[in-house]
Amino acid sequence: MIRRQSKHLLHYAVLSILAILILYPIFYTFSSALMTPEEMDAYPPRWLPGSLYLDNLSTVNELVPVLQFIKNSFIVSTAVMIGQLVTASMAAYAFAFIPFKGRQLLFALFLSTMMIPWEVTVIPNYLTIREWGWLDSYPGLTVPFMATAFGTFLLRQFFLQLPRDLIDAAKIDGCGHWRIFVSLVLPLSRPAIGTLAVYAFLTTWNMYFWPLLITNSDSMRTVQIGISMLQWQEMMSWNLVLAGVAMVLLPSLILLMLGLKQLVRGITAGAVKG
Amino acid sequence: MNKTEIKPVSLTTHPETNTLWKWKEQATGYLFLAPSILLFVIFLFYPLVKSLYLSFFLTDPQGNIARFVGIENYVKLFASSGFLNSIGVTGLFTLYTVPTSIILALIMAVLTHQKIKGIRLFQFTFSLPLAISVGTASVIWMLLFHPSSGMFNYFLNLIGVGPIFWLSDPNWALFSISLMTVWMNIGFLYIVLLSGLQGIPDHLYESAKLDGAGVWNQFRHVTVPMLSPTIFFAVIVSIIGAFQAFGQIHIMTQGGPVDRTNVMVYDLYREAFIHFQFGTGSARALVLFVIILLLTLVQFKLAEKKVHYQ
Repeated sequence: MIRRQSKHLLHYAVLSILAILILYPIFYTFSSALMTPEEMDAYPPRWLPGSLYLDNLSTVNELVPVLQFIKNSFIVSTAVMIGQLVTASMAAYAFAFIPFKGRQLLFALFLSTMMIPWEVTVIPNYLTIREWGWLDSYPGLTVPFMATAFGTFLLRQFFLQLPRDLIDAAKIDGCGHWRIFVSLVLPLSRPAIGTLAVYAFLTTWNMYFWPLLITNSDSMRTVQIGISMLQWQEMMSWNLVLAGVAMVLLPSLILLMLGLKQLVRGITAGAVKG
Repeated sequence: MNKTEIKPVSLTTHPETNTLWKWKEQATGYLFLAPSILLFVIFLFYPLVKSLYLSFFLTDPQGNIARFVGIENYVKLFASSGFLNSIGVTGLFTLYTVPTSIILALIMAVLTHQKIKGIRLFQFTFSLPLAISVGTASVIWMLLFHPSSGMFNYFLNLIGVGPIFWLSDPNWALFSISLMTVWMNIGFLYIVLLSGLQGIPDHLYESAKLDGAGVWNQFRHVTVPMLSPTIFFAVIVSIIGAFQAFGQIHIMTQGGPVDRTNVMVYDLYREAFIHFQFGTGSARALVLFVIILLLTLVQFKLAEKKVHYQ
């Protein structure tokens, strides 16, 4: 009994140490974001702010348009998410339910695109976007990412697990592919679609290289680029920088809280069993 | 789908309408694929070919072709110490980050794959880094790494060790970047491995217990073999991810000090978008492509032999 309890205790101790290591940078960010400049400068450094000092949030937003960055990232991520959901679900439907010539070949081609690292395409894509006059614009930030081989694969695997009888019955009822797709397959696939939605949103939200290349005005910058420029502004004090970081972190933390289950299910379904 | 009006389904039985039906199916199939294919052609296949093409030329800063040089770009690349250095740095970075993140994530996954009180809180905590992007993570860690006012040196000072120039000391910079990268990657790997664990059927453990296997033997003979496809996936994804690291380098060290953190993608970025050498930049991109492709293929070959699939 005692041995069992001490084993439990050890288990919790290890877990707690690991949790502290993971949490510390996040805790440091939020705690510093709420400190007054004096508290931030104190030595030895303080662990917690004396009060909830919210001025940093408004000050940093006056100096740098953090809210605009968040808005841009939100628009870009949502657009890419919707784009990927549309293109991937349509392609996945074709691969799962429509027998057409060259289906296997095309599917293999889709899968092989997953092996192409985007670095190989970045120079020509940059030249294309520049030629089209899409630099520093929403289309330039979103359109190149609206198709996804991974998403297509994920949804196809899910579609194939749907009860075949339902779809055959709908066909016998005279439903065309569009109707089956929109009113049968899509509603039944909500879990997989949810997964892809969260995944697409998060990946786009976190994109760094591409927005760095093609945005150059504050009005178009995404969060990642805008926030990384905070620390290059010399006169900015640390608690202001971290207040900016905290503002940016909050939406993704909330999204993670809401979408974690979906994401876990998706990673299991698409990546692991695939 | 509640309408149940029954239409006669003659389409598949009448030969004369059958061809028409087949044609329609074909067309619908391609129509459903059209948006994806269009985007892939413009933003993936065309750029791939264009990269290869560009890599045989020298270009002016506008990206226009200046002169055909054939494979000279590649020859020069493999003779340049800077490029070889970037391959070495990338390899070292992979070595520092991949095993560490996977082992740590595995420990976390195993420890939280149990029904004990408060486990959900730990599960959430360990997946937190997933929500933190490279931009924000780099800013936070840069402040933590700061030589005089950063918290890491403060903690070291408390135990009488002291100060480390995390990002500016050539011997520490890559290690520091790796440390931050491990932290950043753990969320994703943890979720992948935990999902893998949850997919192992309970009865396997029960029969192992019946055979008298202890915790360690259960881990060795049930968990590891059953989890190997997942671990394998995690390894591939991590290695490829390590070869593509960019943001943390760009924000924290810009490839320095003395090119000690100049990984391949940063080198490519510098060549193409700071020096505006799109030709030689493309050559770098293609070498990276080949390396990643080879790694993936090698891993798949190895995995076929060693990994246990259900």
